[in-house]
Amino acid sequence: MWTTTNQNKEQLSILHDRDVIICRNRIKEVAVKIGMGIVNQTKLITAVSELARNMLIYAGGGNVIVEVVARGREQGVKIVFEDKGPGIQDIAKAMQDGFTTGKSMGMGLPGAKRLVSEFNIESTVGKGTTIKIVKWKNG
Amino acid sequence: MERIPILKMGKFLLVTIQVDLYDRLALTLEEDLIQMVHKTGARGVLIDISALSIVDSFMGKIIGNIAAMSSILDAETVVVGMQPAVAITLIELGLPLSGVHTALNVERGMALLAARMPEETDSEDVDDD
Ligand SMILES: Nc1ncnc2c1ncn2[C@@H]1O[C@H](COP(=O)(O)OP(=O)(O)OP(=O)(O)O)[C@@H](O)[C@H]1O
Ligand SMILES: [Mg+2]
Repeated sequence: MWTTTNQNKEQLSILHDRDVIICRNRIKEVAVKIGMGIVNQTKLITAVSELARNMLIYAGGGNVIVEVVARGREQGVKIVFEDKGPGIQDIAKAMQDGFTTGKSMGMGLPGAKRLVSEFNIESTVGKGTTIKIVKWKNG
Repeated sequence: MERIPILKMGKFLLVTIQVDLYDRLALTLEEDLIQMVHKTGARGVLIDISALSIVDSFMGKIIGNIAAMSSILDAETVVVGMQPAVAITLIELGLPLSGVHTALNVERGMALLAARMPEETDSEDVDDD
């Protein structure tokens, strides 16, 4: 369930594959509300889908926090993905196209980074992973 | 359990995906489609994704799996109706969607499959994609 944490932040916990869809749909609504075009909306929710699914698969779930941010006159959507999973040993490696420990394609992290305006990843082995992304309306 | 319906149209199978699929449902569709190709001996699979708002790595993998397995069973796969924004995003994400034909709509996808059929009976080249 979405809960409003303060005036413009919303939070959703990702525990099942259906939550990934709920999350995508809600973030799409937020992007539409600030007038983001269809191509950037699609890039943003594709990145969201990758990162939310990673949390589900590798960390057994996590939280997504969404907020509308501004840079001068331009608005954007900022999303934080935080989990208390096993963390990532070698972030540089995980960010490479084709690197996977899940017998998959290894496109999620590097692909998501290409699709958004700002991408920041922090991870501590044994503690968890936090990824922050921003997609500017025209970015 | 929830399922996506698969229609048989002559030698082809048609799937119209009407909602964004959660992962379990996409996996079920993959299994059902392969079963149907096997059971019906269909020569082509058309997947209409015009209602999909995104194709992420998971959905891309499912489509790739369907194409690869259908090809082993001598059926070709055509993805139809991909939204332009989805196509642009797929390229930037870095997904090749190899072994999959694409067409603008179901009609053109059917025409593409039909045009490939006589060619196929000439030479049984399995890994021709
Ligand atoms: N939240 C996370 N917690 C722990 N490890 C993670 C997390 N997200 C990603 N990883 C690790 O980073 C690797 C690369 O992730 P990425 O999403 O790029 O590829 P993938 O999930 O393996 O494949 P794909 O996304 O293409 O299906 C994963 O295989 C996993 O080892
Ligand atoms: Mg991934």
